[in-house]
Amino acid sequence: MDALQVRGITKRYSNHTALDQVNITIPEKTIYGLLGPNGAGKTTLIRIINQIINSDEGEVLVFGEKLNTRHIEIIGYLPEERGLYKKMKVGDQLLYLAQLKGLSRNDASVKIKEWLDKFDIRDWWHKKVEDLSKGMAQKVQFISTVLHEPKLIILDEPFSGFDPVNAQLITEKILELKEKGSTIIFSTHRMETVEALCDHIALINKSKKILEGPKKQVKDQYRSNTFLVEHRGNNFTLPSHYELMKQESVEENLYTSTIKAGKDIKGNQLIREMIDITDVYSFQEKIPTMADIFISLVKGEGDEALKKHLQEV
Amino acid sequence: MNKIWLIIQREFLIRVQKKSFLVATVLVPLIFPAIIGGLVYIMAKEAESAKPDNVQVVDESGKFTFENTKKFIFIPLHLPVEQAKKAYNETKDFALLYIPPFEISKPEGLVIYTQENPSIEKVGDLESILEERVRDLKLEEYKIDKETLKSLKTNINLKQINLSETGEEKSSSSGLLYGLGFGLGILIYMFVLIYGIQIMQGVIDEKTSKIVEVIVSSVKPFQLMLGKIIGIASVGVVQFLIWIILISVLSTAVLGYFGLKMPQKQAMEQVTKKFENNEEVKEAMDTQNSKATEFLGNLGEIPFTKIAFVFIFYFLGGYLLYGALFAAVGSAVESIQESQQFQFPITLPLLIGYFGLFMFILRDPHGSISFWLSVIPFTSPVAMVGRIAFGVPAWELALSMVLLIGGFILTTWIAGRIYRVGILMTGTKVSYKVLVKWFLMRE
Repeated sequence: MDALQVRGITKRYSNHTALDQVNITIPEKTIYGLLGPNGAGKTTLIRIINQIINSDEGEVLVFGEKLNTRHIEIIGYLPEERGLYKKMKVGDQLLYLAQLKGLSRNDASVKIKEWLDKFDIRDWWHKKVEDLSKGMAQKVQFISTVLHEPKLIILDEPFSGFDPVNAQLITEKILELKEKGSTIIFSTHRMETVEALCDHIALINKSKKILEGPKKQVKDQYRSNTFLVEHRGNNFTLPSHYELMKQESVEENLYTSTIKAGKDIKGNQLIREMIDITDVYSFQEKIPTMADIFISLVKGEGDEALKKHLQEV
Repeated sequence: MNKIWLIIQREFLIRVQKKSFLVATVLVPLIFPAIIGGLVYIMAKEAESAKPDNVQVVDESGKFTFENTKKFIFIPLHLPVEQAKKAYNETKDFALLYIPPFEISKPEGLVIYTQENPSIEKVGDLESILEERVRDLKLEEYKIDKETLKSLKTNINLKQINLSETGEEKSSSSGLLYGLGFGLGILIYMFVLIYGIQIMQGVIDEKTSKIVEVIVSSVKPFQLMLGKIIGIASVGVVQFLIWIILISVLSTAVLGYFGLKMPQKQAMEQVTKKFENNEEVKEAMDTQNSKATEFLGNLGEIPFTKIAFVFIFYFLGGYLLYGALFAAVGSAVESIQESQQFQFPITLPLLIGYFGLFMFILRDPHGSISFWLSVIPFTSPVAMVGRIAFGVPAWELALSMVLLIGGFILTTWIAGRIYRVGILMTGTKVSYKVLVKWFLMRE
């Protein structure tokens, strides 16, 4: 079943359209990357899913059911612009936020203790938020997002404000949550996060969805049968069904060649033929990174131009 | 509903647990009894320790004979004034009084020499002693005796009685009603302003600390706003109740303490004894006594239960009406400074009510301006509470109350529409035009 279906969502403001007929489908138990430049409409979409604002057209289905107030309890939301009550104690704050999500006081109390243990911060219960560092406060904020064991977790730039150690810790927790059956939506600019964590992605640009699908499929779509080969010596001629795009000298007599193979030619065949004519040091298919795809699509280049761009980089 | 309750609880608890709340709640009621107690204490001490001052007198006119009083001991000198001045400087006496020869009709040239600047009060006391003596001399000259003069002095106190429609007579005291109306009106004004600004501050804090987006993903903005307004109102009500209880307990205790030491009647007798030979004073005391009984009688005539009920109604109604507007302003701005421009139009009607209280209601409680001020919702909380003690027809009160309820429903609705958009907007330059746009924005 799909955790979330967004169908034909449109949101207009007096002087611009924030979302224009956006459709996305988020399968259950996946990590879904919602990508797009600033101002593309990601936050608007997320706010609609969280029922903070209403859409003008279209509908949102959560686990097949039309979005309604009961869904508040199964969604956990970490906004990009986030904060906590500065004067409140960590424990009281988490209790309050959990109760607003529909947890009973006792359940909330038990779960908060579990999470504080997980992060090894048991003694923070009576600390005021204003006495915590930014990274510490982010941990508390993360706990508040997942405390009520939401089936759908929406994280808007979750790693901002974390040092690498804590980012790693949060990543682990996110993967654990996925294992336990939660569906996670990531909204982020950090492409390395997308590469490492996301199963599915959608790209929103200028109020429209311009790309969606499983990450592998998206990347495959932009494969161009191009290979990077590192080899010794360059006095050989490639067979005619290969095209040498670029050749660079790495060090003395060691070269890296970008080779585009003909349509039906597999990598194995290229290796076989290369071994016969030169010393091969390494061999790798050139697959575009998410960053490459993101940048070229957002720059507004067409599909053909994109493929060309991807071959050149 | 359950969530609003959670919000109310939080808003209430974080404020009540603050040290400043505790301090204000305990200290304010202590201030009044402390001031009263302190004053009584100081006055008692002063009266005990006051010693009469020595005044040297050089009387060249020969018209005065001085009797020592409680405050002054007069030492007549028979020296020329220049010598007396020199001699005076050697002593530690309070003053040297020089009276040159003068005409009774034109007492001029009297001088007091002192070593330090004397208090106005002491100089005044001396002057009245001199004036009294000169007056007696004049009476003698015009051949009027003191008794005739006294019989000329007349004193009339109008007794005020309201004739109600049933013909029932009700004694009233406009002074008392004035005080009551004044006090209650100001109380409402202060309460609305102080707690209204607290609401605004709370909303701004939530907006700037960025928690608001987390909260509104769990509750509707309107619920958050209402919860905050009600939560802060309950802080005010609790604080108010504690004050009333503390003040009445403490006042009783303080009065009881001083009462025990010097029961009123006994004190009265003491005072009367002192002035026994002074007929005038005695008479004044008698009228004062009867006035006090009348005052107490009037106090009994005022319908306190009704006033208390009306007060609580307008207290909450006015607070809700303005509180919602303060919440809307808080949602639109990002700092208290920025809020100034929007605060003024909100506080303006409140101010009009406040000044109307002094200028119209307390002077002419049944005039048409007073009527309108106490019926229009924006001014009615202050105006009606100030007016109620003077007696307001039932239909006027009912109209005013219905309009106030309508008024706060209206402001809450308007504020809610601005609030839901405002709290999520950061970095926007907000003007009245923008506020209208937010208000009109679809759900």
